[in-house]
Amino acid sequence: MKELEIAKTEVVSLLNTLIKEYKVFAPVGQNGFITFQEIHSGSEAFLDYINSKKPPKEIFFPQSERLFSYDLSKGEGWSVEEPASEKKQRIIFGIRPCDARSLVLLDNVFDGQLYKDPYYSGKRKNTTIIAIGCNQPSSTCFCTSLGGGPFSQDGSDLILVDIGQKYIVQVVTEKGKKLAKKHNEFKEAEDNSLSLMRDTIETAEALIKSKIEVQKVTEKLDSMFDDPFWDLVSEKCLGCAVCTYLCPTCYCFDITDEVTGQRGERVRTWDSCAFPNFTLQASGVNPRPSSKERLRQRIMHKFNYFVANHGMAACVGCGRCIKECPVNLDIQVVLNSILNR
Amino acid sequence: MLNTSVAIRDIAKKLLDEKRVDLIIGFEKGSVPLRSTPCFVRSTSEADRLIWNVNCENNLAKYLPKTKERVAIVAKGCDVRSIIGLIKENQVTREQVFIIGIPCKGMIDRRKIEAKLDGKEIIEAEEKDDTIILTGNNLREIIKKEEFLHNSCKTCTHRNPVIYDVLIGDKVVEDQAVDEYREVKEFEAQSHDERWRSFSDEVSKCIRCYACRNACPFCYCQECFVDSSQPQWIGKTTNLSDTAIFHIVRAFHIAGRCVDCGSCDRACPMGIDLRRLTKKMEMDVKDLFHYEAGISLEDMPPLATFNPDDPQEFMMV
Ligand code: SF4
Ligand code: SF4
Ligand code: SF4
Repeated sequence: MKELEIAKTEVVSLLNTLIKEYKVFAPVGQNGFITFQEIHSGSEAFLDYINSKKPPKEIFFPQSERLFSYDLSKGEGWSVEEPASEKKQRIIFGIRPCDARSLVLLDNVFDGQLYKDPYYSGKRKNTTIIAIGCNQPSSTCFCTSLGGGPFSQDGSDLILVDIGQKYIVQVVTEKGKKLAKKHNEFKEAEDNSLSLMRDTIETAEALIKSKIEVQKVTEKLDSMFDDPFWDLVSEKCLGCAVCTYLCPTCYCFDITDEVTGQRGERVRTWDSCAFPNFTLQASGVNPRPSSKERLRQRIMHKFNYFVANHGMAACVGCGRCIKECPVNLDIQVVLNSILNR
Repeated sequence: MLNTSVAIRDIAKKLLDEKRVDLIIGFEKGSVPLRSTPCFVRSTSEADRLIWNVNCENNLAKYLPKTKERVAIVAKGCDVRSIIGLIKENQVTREQVFIIGIPCKGMIDRRKIEAKLDGKEIIEAEEKDDTIILTGNNLREIIKKEEFLHNSCKTCTHRNPVIYDVLIGDKVVEDQAVDEYREVKEFEAQSHDERWRSFSDEVSKCIRCYACRNACPFCYCQECFVDSSQPQWIGKTTNLSDTAIFHIVRAFHIAGRCVDCGSCDRACPMGIDLRRLTKKMEMDVKDLFHYEAGISLEDMPPLATFNPDDPQEFMMV
């Protein structure tokens, strides 16, 4: 479908209309501390941001999620109750292309050929993704090394390109097309807007200076499991979960029961390969006893194992882990050191 | 500042050359503006990576409990206080560490700068005397260092290392006038409900990444209570009941040990004011036991000792 356009002045009213029909999530916040929240008025959305602090993955894969509750107090008549599935259609408005792309990666895990996680895929199915491309990528962004880009369409249904007074709207999927057709704020794009759009995209792509040959990293890692490199690179790592919890593509989880008397809930919570009990076995043995094995797991999983399993690296180059690591253990530095090994 | 870097490199080379230590723990240039990063040097050829600037905010004492080597460590006032604590807790011996002490005028809080710029990105930050020159896209700004110090640096009363093997640079003037417990007292003055509300607002931002715990030099337990699964002391969720317990127990466990280096506060990606509880603990220990952690190698930590006349008004009977 041909590109559409929407005036920036129309965005708030569009959001207000969407809110009536959908549950709408958008970036909100200030002072560089942005998170995705459900909004109740179009003016709450803050679209002029670099990227959110927490990744929007939690809209599909919350940090704590009740899988079901049970009640054993009635003996024979014990009961299990599943959470009601979300009926209302949802929209994420203003997600960055890297984060939209992270959903494609997560689909491999939670909504793939082999396994379908009903909690994730249910939410995924009823959500329309409207992304906004990045005119001004951050210095820590390296999406183009991972097969994405500041205007990558992967994972989006519609993607907006900011050309000043208005957004050009690229229609990526049928779902996106349906939504755009329903709302008359979207108009057919003018020709001169389209050339502005192409310039904008080109300029933004050129701003991303970092180029990492990720395919070579993957190949190198094949034979690096026992490399002394891991001792050196992990020396400063604190073993916290900043890098994994804030990563849009990390998906490891734990399942525990929260029990009060005869009643309980089974909950799924995020877990991290950096933690001491991540692979702690019932025998007491832990095959990943120190930060060396744990950091190695993080890098190997993202850039080698995931590639073998799904044909792509489990990183979208958003740079969150670089910005937030308390000791500045920079994943780009790690990848470049691997290449230099 | 530059001279400090050079002096650190010289002493590092000397110590390694003379085989007095196996390892130097210091800082090197970080990968992004306004950051330095911990650096481990084992040969003289690597020593030129070492630097010193206002972004050397990490507390390197964190790395001491792990090591078996003889270590020289670059340490600010608060870091030295942590080292004293670790020596007293038998996590490292005085003989094992060579302290390269550095009098400190405070470290810069990059998040405060970022908040001021509201989204504008810094591409380069250059330290010049008492200012930092920030440049970026549509950005050129000169800011005063003292306006962007970490909160713990603003109330610091021990900028000069209390013990050291070598001191680099001149001692700085200690701030005698600052009321380091002003915020704690303001907090205490609030009603019970207000305190609970602001505490729960704060900890409900927590994502339980444990960066605060792991950045703390005194969190070195083999198994932290939050990680225990048999028994499981605390749930794994981010519900208020779980996050609140984590924060309250953590604060109690460092009572009488915390030196207010601010490491936990700096590490938190969610901007949670962790010093609200730790500073309160510190003040109470001072009031009740006349003890300040990390000031002397001789005095006994109040919670590791018992006196028949210990105050006990706070105990519940
Ligand atoms: S790399 Fe950084 S963020 Fe990740 S676990 Fe280590 S210290 Fe934490
Ligand atoms: S590994 Fe880092 S850069 Fe890659 S997607 Fe995760 S947070 Fe973003
Ligand atoms: S660093 Fe912050 S977010 Fe992480 S566990 Fe500590 S208080 Fe929570």
